Amino acid sequence: MNNRVHEKKALTIDGQEVALQNEKNILEVAKRVKVDIPTFCYHSELSVYGACRMCLVEVEGRGLMPACSTPPEAGMVIRTNSPRILRARKMNLELYLANHNRDCTTCERNLNCRLQEMSSRMGVDEVRFGEREHMVPQDRSNYSLVRDPNKCILCGDCVRTCQEIEGIGIYDFSRRGSRALAEPAFGKDLSEVECVFCGQCSLRCPTAAIVVRSEVEEAWEKVLDPEKFVVAQIAPAVRVAVGEAFNLPPGEITTGKIVAALKKIGFDRVYDTSVSADLTTLEESEEFFRRLTGKGGPLPHFTSCCPSWVLYAERNYPFYLKNLSSARSPQQMFGSVIKNFVTQLEDVPPEKIVSISIMPCTSKKFEARRPEFYQDERADVDIVMTAQEIIKMIKQANVDFRELDPIPFDVPLGLGTGAGVLYGVTGGVTEAVLRYAHEKLTGEKLTEVEFSAVRGEKYLREAEVEIAGRKVRVAVVFGLANVQQLIKEIREGKRTYDFVEVMNCPQGCIGGGGMPLAYPDREEIMKRRAHGLYSADRLSSLRKAQDNPAMKLLYEKWLQEPNSDIAERFLHTGYRSRKRITDEVIRIQEAKESQKVDIAVCVGTSCYLKGSYSILQGLLELAREHGVEDRVSIGATFCLERCAEGPNIRINEDIVTGVEEHNLREIFEKAVMSKLASV
Amino acid sequence: MAVANEETVLSRRFEKVNTVLEKYGRNPLNLIQVLQEVQAEYRYLPEEILTYVATALGISPSFVYGVATFYAQFSLEPKGKHIIRVCDGTACHVRGSMKVLEVVREQLGLRGEDITTPDLLFTVETVACIGACALAPALMVDEEVYGQMDQEKIENLIEEMIEKEKGGDQ
Repeated sequence: MNNRVHEKKALTIDGQEVALQNEKNILEVAKRVKVDIPTFCYHSELSVYGACRMCLVEVEGRGLMPACSTPPEAGMVIRTNSPRILRARKMNLELYLANHNRDCTTCERNLNCRLQEMSSRMGVDEVRFGEREHMVPQDRSNYSLVRDPNKCILCGDCVRTCQEIEGIGIYDFSRRGSRALAEPAFGKDLSEVECVFCGQCSLRCPTAAIVVRSEVEEAWEKVLDPEKFVVAQIAPAVRVAVGEAFNLPPGEITTGKIVAALKKIGFDRVYDTSVSADLTTLEESEEFFRRLTGKGGPLPHFTSCCPSWVLYAERNYPFYLKNLSSARSPQQMFGSVIKNFVTQLEDVPPEKIVSISIMPCTSKKFEARRPEFYQDERADVDIVMTAQEIIKMIKQANVDFRELDPIPFDVPLGLGTGAGVLYGVTGGVTEAVLRYAHEKLTGEKLTEVEFSAVRGEKYLREAEVEIAGRKVRVAVVFGLANVQQLIKEIREGKRTYDFVEVMNCPQGCIGGGGMPLAYPDREEIMKRRAHGLYSADRLSSLRKAQDNPAMKLLYEKWLQEPNSDIAERFLHTGYRSRKRITDEVIRIQEAKESQKVDIAVCVGTSCYLKGSYSILQGLLELAREHGVEDRVSIGATFCLERCAEGPNIRINEDIVTGVEEHNLREIFEKAVMSKLASV
Repeated sequence: MAVANEETVLSRRFEKVNTVLEKYGRNPLNLIQVLQEVQAEYRYLPEEILTYVATALGISPSFVYGVATFYAQFSLEPKGKHIIRVCDGTACHVRGSMKVLEVVREQLGLRGEDITTPDLLFTVETVACIGACALAPALMVDEEVYGQMDQEKIENLIEEMIEKEKGGDQ
């Protein structure tokens, strides 16, 4: 019989014959025939790690093998559920549990934990290896995420997520044996490293080792305070995912139910972030047109509604900060509208109004706390709740979500267009801008509003769109690792664009760090969420931002016109380069004499990429050549905050920018030797 | 005295880092060798140097930190000029190596979890076996092995070393 199976390029799983279709591993073959092999560390979008050993299967003649990292071969006879495997799996779980803080009932992820679920599924009824004795402190250093290493099972999902999707690599394993941890460098808190707070790690964490920082209690307090007028805005992506927590299918549009639930809870007004997305479209498009026609700002134009991307750009691409759209994100635009316009509309004094945003995103919590989004010490957005948190709040409110009768958003800021709703999925901002740009620049009515070229699941999509006789080259990209590669190629001249939409999270906001966990079949759930938003757009009677009557109201009553002075003041923002690491100078060469000159070479990422390493070497050589080694101290510093003009060096107190190998000698002889002569 | 020595460590010249990085072609695959040579030079792996090494090799600081904390040979804390390794292999253990450790630490005034004296002269560690089982209990001071240690021998040895260091300072 084996021979016959062999000829057909097939194998057997649990007695079922399965033809092979070029799957990379046994796990994928099993998934196709609906055999659900348990895993912790396997994610189809990440590299295979093979650490958790939950996916062990028994291959006849070979023994126990991890299904995730074993390529399928014709003729294999595989069992996924023999007594031997079940024993091994149970034992592994017991070992995980022995090192895991098992305070399940008070855990943030109670009933939403894959370790808990797996233990139940495998029937673990005792842990023979004791419990964790040594507790380490939690990391509550930032607004977005909470880390609890005592709940970590060392699956490495966060390590690979941050390295492979974000290209940052905040986490890695440190120490070893029973003291091993998955943690940031030097055991630092997330606020002290280059974390962009996207929460992709928390989405993939199988336990509560990394969770969203909850603001549910603060929200309850404000909502129930009769003195406060609480206004909510709900982001597009949230409406296609909240239902998942109430056993509704992923992608089902539950906007009306969410509004109804919030009203029952006691929110005074519930508005739609799609409205401020429309506002963003108008403001950002006009800005883009100015760049396009050479009337202001460089190309390519980068979108700026993703706060993780903005933070990353501020740290790593200071030379592109002028390319970043100055338009605030929809969350912050609505925040400003609430605190400056709704106050008048509803006749509520600013100190009484509380603005709460409901977002798919953990980084929005960080964005809302940026000092530029405060006026008179009052935040434009007071509380940011993720989809995960609003689900908790709805459950706490004893609301039967499934049975709620949908109700519409409040007027006049409750009607977003289809274009605004598309902000929740990658490519949506671009599509919204194109719908506006076409009509605005050609003066013709756009009849075919769907731009399928910018849709899809690929991490990079490019399109050339002809508008008013001009070819506009657009790119849509997600995942900061992909962004790094794209920007590298743009800077090398290999790619040229006019407009680049950047989202940190895979598939855009529907894959946000604050969304429900999308487990077990992430790929399928993401497809359905995207489909949900595209349907919502198609069902909208208004599909272009410029058709939104709320825009007319806002511009007539308050903002005058896009990019007007008042719009600039309330709807736009600025960026600054941010230094990441200590300003401690690393001494490379120390002057022995007291009459000396101090030189510090910036080796921050930006300068380093532009060649500060060879400048450092060059300076050492020049000092030797001029016989002044003993009179010149040379050191490396991590950022002189002039990244755009780099590579930079500091000679005593003076910063010299634009230092390169070819002008180094001149600079050395002019600035350093002359200073030496005068000391 | 302790303060003066700490300053010496902080102001230690880091010129060797670039030479080491260059020697290994700034190739991340050579990370362990780079760290070994850096540590040989500075007696430990200072945080700023590790961050610098990470930048230079194009890898994340967390990765470098992971490697540096995985291997027992690397230290992220400054180590003393002399390293005293008390053998705690089976033979030494049964012949009282824990008592040896206790006496050594007491002589040097080490408290709690400290392993290095505040003047940065001595670091005390345990090792699994130094292959001198016949001389158990044994210890090593830098590269030198001392066997059949007892309280008096330890006291003399450490007194001698401290004297020598003081003499060297003058």
